[in-house]
Amino acid sequence: MVRFDKVKLTYDNSGTLALDGVDLKVDEGEFVFLVGPSGSGKTSLMKLITGEVRADSGRVIVNDFDMMRIRRRKLPKMRRTLGVVFQDYRLIENMNVYDNVAFAMRVVGASNREIRRRVPYVLELVGLEGTEKRLPSELSGGEQQRVAIARALVNNPRMIVADEPTGNLDPVRSLELMLLFEKINEMGTTVLVVTHEKELVNAFAKRVITINDGHVISDGMDGYFSYEIQ
Amino acid sequence: MIREGFRSIKTHGLMSFATVTIIMACLIIMGSVALLSYNINFLIRDLEKQNEIVAFVDDENDDFSEEDRARTLEPILEAIPNVTDASFVSRREAMENYMQKYDKDLMEGIDETVFRHRFIIHIDNIEKLAETQSALENTPGIAKVRAHQDYADTFIKFRNIITAVAVVLMAILVFVSMFIMSNTIKLATFSRREEIAIMKMVGASNGFIRLPFVVEGLVLGIMGGGLGFLAQWGLYDLVTKSVAESLTGEFLNTVEFIRIAPAVLIIYLGIGIVIGAFGGVSAIRNYLKV
Repeated sequence: MVRFDKVKLTYDNSGTLALDGVDLKVDEGEFVFLVGPSGSGKTSLMKLITGEVRADSGRVIVNDFDMMRIRRRKLPKMRRTLGVVFQDYRLIENMNVYDNVAFAMRVVGASNREIRRRVPYVLELVGLEGTEKRLPSELSGGEQQRVAIARALVNNPRMIVADEPTGNLDPVRSLELMLLFEKINEMGTTVLVVTHEKELVNAFAKRVITINDGHVISDGMDGYFSYEIQ
Repeated sequence: MIREGFRSIKTHGLMSFATVTIIMACLIIMGSVALLSYNINFLIRDLEKQNEIVAFVDDENDDFSEEDRARTLEPILEAIPNVTDASFVSRREAMENYMQKYDKDLMEGIDETVFRHRFIIHIDNIEKLAETQSALENTPGIAKVRAHQDYADTFIKFRNIITAVAVVLMAILVFVSMFIMSNTIKLATFSRREEIAIMKMVGASNGFIRLPFVVEGLVLGIMGGGLGFLAQWGLYDLVTKSVAESLTGEFLNTVEFIRIAPAVLIIYLGIGIVIGAFGGVSAIRNYLKV
């Protein structure tokens, strides 16, 4: 669950106002698209959710953690409730598929037994069974992103946050990936996808939050109509 | 997590090799300067010890004018602080030495009573020469003490210059080594900032992220220290051997490496461990702030 109340964020070094009085709420189990042009504040919003930056004022609640008051050493605990997927996959190049996914479990102190049980299950869920021993460089972009999704899912997070996950993929792979997110959502995980791909968003009848110039300008089920890519 | 550290050394083989090599090189450069100055100091101390003080026995004091009586002063003189040994030379021996050294004709008609019984005294610390000299002079039965304060001053001056030069050189080298080291480790961690960022994103605690780097730093530090020690040993033996062959061995007495090996090993491993652990922690500090 994510809740923003009158959130304001300025970047110290440049003085840029990234978010200006943002209010939004994403409930447990929802599938939400967050859309907007470059520089609209999408990534800043993501960073507030993952705890990479802290808002100047307002209230940010992520999976019951008060992000305005959270102590630095409590951040790892909060992040374990999230699964983050990036546009550039961010896989470790010299680790094979299995280890890239298992790595996320080792980091949180899971036992070897748990890892051996959970990793194959997640790889199968994202359709990557049989690729365990391959290196990221031996996979297609779509497959690499699936590894990243498997890694995000492996610790059973309450919410998946994906920042432009289809940015480097062709339309068919993008659609496949969104179907995978939909499947994950149907299994009970909240999904928040940041994107600016209109066709993709409109192919799914999901809630769309549009952000522009640091403000939420629309929020509803009526697709990606409220703004045009500039 | 400890295994992660070892695994990472293997995975980042080239960077690990570079780090170990640089630790080794820094230790050898610093070690060579230190050992050179140690040897010069050793040599000077050796020369200092050859510097003799002559204490003449008081002829006019009836208690000590006879040879047997004069000899009784030996334990008294040796008990004086800083005196390492006092050896008795009778007036006859003194005259014989003199005749050997100079023209015999000069000594014609002169008998041994011209000479006095004396003690040849060696001291431990030349810096305390003045104190020792006055202690000797104040000993009943000693009439006069002849010491070369001017020689002593030269030795002390020379030793101080060598020490100062070594200290300055070492300070510069420590600074340069630290700089190279921190940059090497920074470079090593820079290539892994993605890995650290991913670890942070999946909820790894700072301690968890740091531990493999510390283990890695420690292992590389110990390897650098150990290999540096072995290389230093080889280099030292090579240099001392060629010095001994090209110069007269008697003049240049070098310290055998085996005598200082345990101390050098402990120092090298210690420096390696400190640099490694400190480097490991400091290099990733910036990446942990997110």
